[in-house]
Amino acid sequence: MSVLLEATGVAVEYHRTGAPPLRAVDHADLTLSRGEILGLVGESGCGKSTLGRAVVGLQRTAAGEIRFDGRPVAPLGLRRRPAGLRGLQMVFQDPYASLNPRRLVGDQVGDGYLLGGTTKAEARRRAGELLERVGLPADAVRRYPHEFSGGQRQRIAIARTLAAEPSCIIADEPISALDASAQASVANLLVELVRELDMGMVFISHDLSVVRQIADRTAVMYLGRVVEAGPTRQVWSEPAHPYTKALISAVPRADGAGVLPVELPGDVPDPSRPPGGCRFHPRCPVALPSCAQDDPPLTILRDGRSAACVLAK
Amino acid sequence: MGTLLEVEDLTVWLATRNGPRKAVDGLTFRVDSGEVFGIAGESGSGKTMTAMALLGLLPHAARTSGRAVFEGRDLLAMKPRELRDVRGRSIAMVSQDPSTSLHPMLSIETQVTEHMRHHLGVGKSEARGRAVELLSTVRIPDPERALRAHPAQFSGGMRQRIAIAVALACEPRLLLADEPTTALDVTVQAGILRLLNRLRQERDLAVVVITHDLGVMSAVADRICVMYGGRTAEIGPRETVLTHPRHPYTRGLLDALPHPEGGAATLRPIPGSPPSLGAVPEGCPFHPRCAFAVASCREERPEPVPVGSDHRVACPPDPLGGEA
Repeated sequence: MSVLLEATGVAVEYHRTGAPPLRAVDHADLTLSRGEILGLVGESGCGKSTLGRAVVGLQRTAAGEIRFDGRPVAPLGLRRRPAGLRGLQMVFQDPYASLNPRRLVGDQVGDGYLLGGTTKAEARRRAGELLERVGLPADAVRRYPHEFSGGQRQRIAIARTLAAEPSCIIADEPISALDASAQASVANLLVELVRELDMGMVFISHDLSVVRQIADRTAVMYLGRVVEAGPTRQVWSEPAHPYTKALISAVPRADGAGVLPVELPGDVPDPSRPPGGCRFHPRCPVALPSCAQDDPPLTILRDGRSAACVLAK
Repeated sequence: MGTLLEVEDLTVWLATRNGPRKAVDGLTFRVDSGEVFGIAGESGSGKTMTAMALLGLLPHAARTSGRAVFEGRDLLAMKPRELRDVRGRSIAMVSQDPSTSLHPMLSIETQVTEHMRHHLGVGKSEARGRAVELLSTVRIPDPERALRAHPAQFSGGMRQRIAIAVALACEPRLLLADEPTTALDVTVQAGILRLLNRLRQERDLAVVVITHDLGVMSAVADRICVMYGGRTAEIGPRETVLTHPRHPYTRGLLDALPHPEGGAATLRPIPGSPPSLGAVPEGCPFHPRCAFAVASCREERPEPVPVGSDHRVACPPDPLGGEA
């Protein structure tokens, strides 16, 4: 499998008046291959959405390098986005906010084709095909977003993304604003599309169980860093990082056994003042005295796995 | 364990542009003291409206029928003044989003002590002492300092703990928790679920947990009511409902969950979407989405009937009966 998207040492800073800059992402690494689904998980505030926005160029980076299909990804500016980046697209969380309420669905979906140089009539015809592909009636072309439910709107947003003929999709919490039954069907649709069109997808989610189900590889973020990455099955069955272990055991199971999930004490620390040493050590159940000083880098273990923990083997 | 709350044939009509529409339709359940009772269902199933009806907090122009007997008195028949004495005192509520349920401009002290000063007539310094105790009960570090702080100074999980402290201020017998952990991360959720469980044990507090998350249900609830289209689909003990569901909707909800062991590559959603207010189909509300529907499902409204010990199911064809 060829590498489609590669981010190395990415850092993103938010500048604030009267306070030191906040490093939302600090030396995070990601790789994504064609035909692969990478699940990016972590607690809120860990920087997963910021990293997602940075890799598509929506967020200026303070350090690091992002390459898509071998080309560097430049942050979005006033000028037109380079044509080579047309294949790198994003699906946003809230389909109530990401669609224009005053434009016809067909016109919004067809935008991507227009940018690709098709005529208006042709763009509309192909928008209709795309809408059918994502499971909506073809007459949706002539309707407005408010006529659709949340799940249907997210399908429209996905169709709009597909019109740009992407080879890589960054989906930022694409199902968390949806109802339980719509969640499963939209997640299934994304998986189908990735497989059928041989794309790559970064699936950002706080819902670990969905990521476990659909992702080929999983990357776990904590406080701006990727602390563990690897094939989903192995990451779940034998997590190498204590944080991954804690996250997994906090997920309640609907097995009727009445078992309370395991609590991870403490909150995510303030990212503007991360703890010294390993960032997880104040909450870590197995921290060694040395963890307060040494900051472990993300180290390659075996079988395509990596973790940032001195205890990981 | 005695019965604390007995709801019988609760129906709630909401005013819509097309006239009154049933949001809750003939709901019957009981909550024993010291138990966690779960109400599960998708959005629009009527679970939040059930809680609002018990507290008399329904939107204007809503109407109710049926009975909801709490400690011998019918909540639905109470005058607004009488209900005001119950609300916040014997029945308290925790809502989904602690950033909107707490007042952003008032100190934590004002918010935690407000109910006890109003309902119990406690003096300022005594109320303050109790507030410190409450905050340490819900595990807020440094409660003295927390009292002087404002909600924005806390994380989401800490805010939800404070909201629980506010609810516990008058030592209620019943706590209504509407999606108490939906806005929180799993690690924080685990802490809140453990807290609710501990409070139930230490204070003999009954909790009604309303959630769409069957994992949360499985962790804390003793008994579960699964609602669909404003009606009860299935009600029974946690283990029975989650391991041997008899209603196709409960089965569908469980099948739609990601499998605990990973395994299959796709999720299995229930086809279609839940009915909206005023568009609940005739007959069994679930029949258009049900794989087992027969002709009679289109015409007859099924009532929940007993199928086992303390287990009632509203599905006359009972296609899952053989599995149980």
